[in-house]
Amino acid sequence: MKTLKIALRNLLRYQRRTLLTTLLITLGVVAMLLFVSAAGSFKSMMVGQITDSMLGHLQIHKKGYVSSIDSLPLTMNMKAKMVEKVEQELEQIESVSAWSPRLKFGAMFSNFKETTSIRLNGILPDKEIAACPDLPKRILGDQPETFLPEGSIILPELIAKGLKVKAGDSIVLVATNRDGSVNGMNFTVNAILEGLSGPGGRDGYIHLKDAQQLLRTDSGEISEIALRLDNPDKEKAVLQQLQKTLGKMQNQQGKPAFEIHSWEKLSPFANIANMIDLMTLFIKIMLAAIVLISVMNVMVMAVYERVREIGTLAAMGTQPRTILGLFITEGFLLGVLGSIIGVAISLLLTVILQYAEITFNFGRQSGLVLEPHLQLADVLFASAIVIMAAVLASLQPAWKAAQLNPVDALRAN
Amino acid sequence: MQIVQAENLVKSYQVGEQQVTAIEQANFTINQGAFVSFVGPSGSGKSTLLNMLGCLDQPSSGRLLINQTDTSTLNRSQAAQFRGEHIGFIFQDFNLIPVLTVEENIEYPLLMVQNRPLAERRARVNSLMEAVGISEQAKKFPNQLSGGQKQRVAIARALASQAKLVLADEPTANLDHATAFRIIDLMKQMRDDYATTFIFSTHDSKIMNAAESLFILEDGKVSEQKNGDAK
Repeated sequence: MKTLKIALRNLLRYQRRTLLTTLLITLGVVAMLLFVSAAGSFKSMMVGQITDSMLGHLQIHKKGYVSSIDSLPLTMNMKAKMVEKVEQELEQIESVSAWSPRLKFGAMFSNFKETTSIRLNGILPDKEIAACPDLPKRILGDQPETFLPEGSIILPELIAKGLKVKAGDSIVLVATNRDGSVNGMNFTVNAILEGLSGPGGRDGYIHLKDAQQLLRTDSGEISEIALRLDNPDKEKAVLQQLQKTLGKMQNQQGKPAFEIHSWEKLSPFANIANMIDLMTLFIKIMLAAIVLISVMNVMVMAVYERVREIGTLAAMGTQPRTILGLFITEGFLLGVLGSIIGVAISLLLTVILQYAEITFNFGRQSGLVLEPHLQLADVLFASAIVIMAAVLASLQPAWKAAQLNPVDALRAN
Repeated sequence: MQIVQAENLVKSYQVGEQQVTAIEQANFTINQGAFVSFVGPSGSGKSTLLNMLGCLDQPSSGRLLINQTDTSTLNRSQAAQFRGEHIGFIFQDFNLIPVLTVEENIEYPLLMVQNRPLAERRARVNSLMEAVGISEQAKKFPNQLSGGQKQRVAIARALASQAKLVLADEPTANLDHATAFRIIDLMKQMRDDYATTFIFSTHDSKIMNAAESLFILEDGKVSEQKNGDAK
């Protein structure tokens, strides 16, 4: 407490210098926290959209399916027995809160005037909504009474606009099954779905039973199973668990039967998320550099100007370690002061940004609202960086002060 | 009882390629409770001798016993501890800590060096402030004091740690004559009240007359002379 009091008074003694250094540290903290909160908001929003309305947290496929996913090969689907095994394993894992089987295939879409190709997911609506609860939120306009009744299709926005189709219109889907036989069925457009960036973001949805009927298959085959976890943070643990069980299962040829992927492996957005993390790291390094340079500068000046005073303290019997502590405490206080003010300003600006409702576009999505949030962990981490850098920066000048020869120091002007 | 014993004390410096001897084979003793002055022209070695007595510097050879301790063998940390326990300093420029008030300056050695309990610190600081006549300035900072008041604070601070020996390097050099005599009188009074040995350096002939013994420094040699004029 005594050291703290003396250090604080010494900082107040050089008010302008302390103010400028604190201001510099504050600016660094504010820049970092605002970037982290805005980038974090963007990242979590995009990750949430991708996992909660499209991919799920994890996906299970027959081994080799993902590498040829562009052609949606029906020959790479999981057979009913495989699906059963997967479901038995999933039942055992508490963290898996829901899963949705999907039959994916390509088809021709016609509005009776024009025709285009379409990628489709045959789903069980209840299971799909349990695994991807935000999927209904992607529906443009009014929500339909039932999400996806049999005989209906939820159409991606791009095709609906291109072929001028709206909810309630009749359309035809024509698909080729794995044996090469072609089949067509009429559907009613139940809703139009907002497009999303990434795989599956422009797919249509029909009921699983309709998909099986269109493909003339009753074998219960499934292309993929999308999983939802009760906590996204458990993703790695569940992935490891599934790789130990399902990943080790072999087919009749003695080769692995399944492959399990996290959403990061399936979505190109994971690279953007990694870039955001990398940029955040650079900003943190810059913050540490700002603090190091500014605090070291101010502490070097403090020692230089107080050589005689240090000599007096030493003459009175103050131990070198106490003198070291006095100067380190000054650096520490600069760090604490800059952190507190920086965090306070950042919190204020974050609230202002939330009220400002800044919108941005991403891919084909427009009008996304930025909702920056400051996480306690980010605040603590930024403060820890600043305080540690400030203490580190004080070490050399403080060491120099502690090692001053009292006779030389007392002789200084 | 002797508080200082110097035996064949030598201090020499290397200046370029030349060896300069500041103190040459000094032998002297100073008794507990003495009031003595080191006198001599500038560069005669007064400050060098005071620095060695204050354990701020070590002799090149010889032995220097302060309060029965051979200070020439102390390392940096031990010397600091010894100073904190046995030696008080008064400086020509007062050297008060500018961010501390009068009472905090006096309290500093008790708190930061000796780590004494609060009640003891309070009692000691109050008694010293009263003794040197600066109780009314207790809450003031050094820049709010006159030169004489600052030196009174410095005297109180030097005595705070109950030092056996107080070293004052030209304590009156920055004061007018009237104030200088008052400070010397105060130091003497403190010597009487606290039984502390005072050693001060000066080149002011009027001030040196106040000392009971004079140690004359000339060309690095030290000789003692009783001062018949001492009051």
